[in-house]
Amino acid sequence: MAENKQSAEAIVSDVHKKIRAAFEAFDFESNNTVDAREISTIVYSLGCFPFQKDLHDFISQVEENHSGYVHLDKFLPAMTKVLMEHKFPPIPEDLLLQAFEVLDKEKKGYLEPEELTKYMTQEGEPFTQEEMDEMLTALADHEKNHIYYKDLISQLTIDPDM
Amino acid sequence: MKAAVLIQRWYRRYVARLEMRRRYTWNIFQSIEYAGEQDQLQLSSFFSFMLDNFTQLNGNGPDLISQLLDPVVDPWLDRETCYNLIPVPESYTGPRLSFPLSVSDTNALLSAFKEQQTLHARYVLQLLYETKKLLKQMPNIIHLSTSYTKEITICGDLHGRLDDLLLIFYKNGLPSAETPYVFNGDFVDRGKKSIEVVILLFAYLLLYPDYMHLNRGNHEDHIMNLRYGFTKEVMQKYKTHGREILQLFQDIFSLLPVATVIDGKILIVHGGISDQTDLDFLSSIERHKVGGNKQMRSTDSSRPSSSRNSAASISSSSSSSSSSSSLCSPRTPSCLSPRPCPFSPSMPYTVNVLQVPFLDSLSSVPPPSPPQHEREWKQVVDILWSDPKTQDGCSPNTFRGGGCYFGPDVTQRLLLQHGLQLLIRSHECKQEGYELCHGGQVITIFSASNYYEEGSNRGAYIKLGRELVPRFYQYQVSRTTRKLTLTQRVRAAEGSALRALKEKLFAHRSELLAGFQQYDLNNTGSVSVSEWAQVLESVLRLDVPWRTLRPHLTRLAPDGSVEYQSCFEDMGPGIPLPQVTPNLAETLFRYRTDIEIIFNIIDKDHSGLISTEEFRHTWRLFSAHLGVDIDDRAIDDLARSIDFNKDGSIDFTEFLEAFRVVHKLDNKDQQLNGKT
Repeated sequence: MAENKQSAEAIVSDVHKKIRAAFEAFDFESNNTVDAREISTIVYSLGCFPFQKDLHDFISQVEENHSGYVHLDKFLPAMTKVLMEHKFPPIPEDLLLQAFEVLDKEKKGYLEPEELTKYMTQEGEPFTQEEMDEMLTALADHEKNHIYYKDLISQLTIDPDM
Repeated sequence: MKAAVLIQRWYRRYVARLEMRRRYTWNIFQSIEYAGEQDQLQLSSFFSFMLDNFTQLNGNGPDLISQLLDPVVDPWLDRETCYNLIPVPESYTGPRLSFPLSVSDTNALLSAFKEQQTLHARYVLQLLYETKKLLKQMPNIIHLSTSYTKEITICGDLHGRLDDLLLIFYKNGLPSAETPYVFNGDFVDRGKKSIEVVILLFAYLLLYPDYMHLNRGNHEDHIMNLRYGFTKEVMQKYKTHGREILQLFQDIFSLLPVATVIDGKILIVHGGISDQTDLDFLSSIERHKVGGNKQMRSTDSSRPSSSRNSAASISSSSSSSSSSSSLCSPRTPSCLSPRPCPFSPSMPYTVNVLQVPFLDSLSSVPPPSPPQHEREWKQVVDILWSDPKTQDGCSPNTFRGGGCYFGPDVTQRLLLQHGLQLLIRSHECKQEGYELCHGGQVITIFSASNYYEEGSNRGAYIKLGRELVPRFYQYQVSRTTRKLTLTQRVRAAEGSALRALKEKLFAHRSELLAGFQQYDLNNTGSVSVSEWAQVLESVLRLDVPWRTLRPHLTRLAPDGSVEYQSCFEDMGPGIPLPQVTPNLAETLFRYRTDIEIIFNIIDKDHSGLISTEEFRHTWRLFSAHLGVDIDDRAIDDLARSIDFNKDGSIDFTEFLEAFRVVHKLDNKDQQLNGKT
């Protein structure tokens, strides 16, 4: 209990523990290895907001010679560096609301599923059909089938602690 | 454009967070499930312990033991069947079967079960009797060919979920010459409709023996059934004839084939394989003589893989290993000595633990050579209990406590050796109902949807045509009409996982408190987060991320340390029991399931009552076995206090009800303070 929380060492060790815990959730055989396809979930869940390209670069950097697996020995230092240097910094929440408002050209206060689908699957870093379907089930209002984005900000941004 | 990217990144992060939570929840369920399987091993080692020690118990010992053990009956032999003497009252509205079964009988069964009706014991017994007769003619490994049929459907674990079975029949068609099925084990236990599921499967087996195929699973085992609910379900539904029904099930389970091969190319088994699996050998054994469950227990009880970490586990495992460390020597200590043992020959290798023969029954069975039997049971245990792993090699399955983990190299070798191209197995719940591994050479298929919790997973089945390319069909039985969003599904499952975890915490309170106090030398009531996590890890031995779950289990003090008493809040016993010492109460909480199993065995007529004497003896033996230090007086007091009407018998169902942990979420200050 008498740890000096200010020391850099303590911070690094704390970051290590967080990374390990996230990594272990996907390490099904407890052999410090995870499937490379899980890396994006781990990175995002650690509070990072990478672009897809950054993410792919990061994965190829930590993957064991294209084996499809990532070992903790490689992942831990690389991920620690990312977190310590704030490489994929969080996007402020108010920007999220502004982004929805930009898409809502007529200022209706909501988006039609078709509008949102068009933007999400054709622009930026396009969603797959599966991602899009899940997004609409999760976010569209069940009665009117509109996306009331103001109400959704909290759902998307609240940190659920785990 | 920029706006779109921003929303996409936020949304992807949101989904990743949810996925992480789902993962954690999954891990909790799985850890608790496998901890249960280890408890099962512990209980078996208790049976070994009883057998080892019964001679030392004066007077009442042997009586109690003989109560625990049924007289040995070779499952091959016909039990006396008198189903035709059982009258079916006029008032019975359920289906009336006539044998040999016809399509109208199976249809009647289907619609009766849909309407929540129960099949009369008379027909259950006759159906089981006929099933047993049929199974005796079956080989250990069934060979099927797609050349006679268009497609074969393969289903995984059902675990008493009638809704899933009915959904499969609805989507895929009833079993028939056009729609043959393979059901890959674990029909019973856990779900509430095990008897209905297994009766339907057997009825179709009798109707179409060439188009309906059943592989044995690790839950087709009467010791497993004691813990996981099938025994209880049968006794509740069939009060008068339950025992006969259970005995027939026991025979039938040991007569089920253990593997199916399609076109000589696809091997279907419940669990998996090991580096010693030899299909030719497997097909030559007498499967009904191999008591897979029990033998697995004896080896594993000597492994230090107990989920309980008290001194008890050490003493218990060593006490049982004295009898079971060697596979070649049966469980009784006398057999470890070189002199001929009066009852060594057949018992451990040929029958399940509860059937261990005594004295007189032995002469009828010729003594087999132990190594042969050791090989035989290992072959069967590996088939029923193993799980695949992604790394090469073959290692003992310490997590479950039985079978092994087999790597891609083990799969490759077996497939090559037998000219096979694919292994289909079940045994593990998968979120999508199926999963491929070992480069596509192993498929896991699991057919009980919502296995852990409403929304936890889909079920699936496989269809195979002549080209032998598997196609997957997924489904999810749903009680609610509206589709739940991912968030809602995750949240529901998470809630029940956390409840299960909290119960574990409560049941180990003394040990945990002792652990915390080691770090809390000044009695401040708090320890650091990492100390807290360390104590939980060492006491509970569950493979879950304590650090991450911390906010859900306990409160932090203002300085960021954990107020450890807060992890026992919101929990308490079902009924306050002032007369029970905290130490005893906690033991009861923890071993509730084990004790219930033992009581159920003692209570032969399943009346729910046992004598106070039996209660005392069982409890003394059990606590000696566990190494739990509870003095005799406390047990006597307990026995006296629960014999409410002083007639010398104890209603143990009611008694155990008091030892169910309940969640008192609204009532935080009513915290039970045991250790003060």
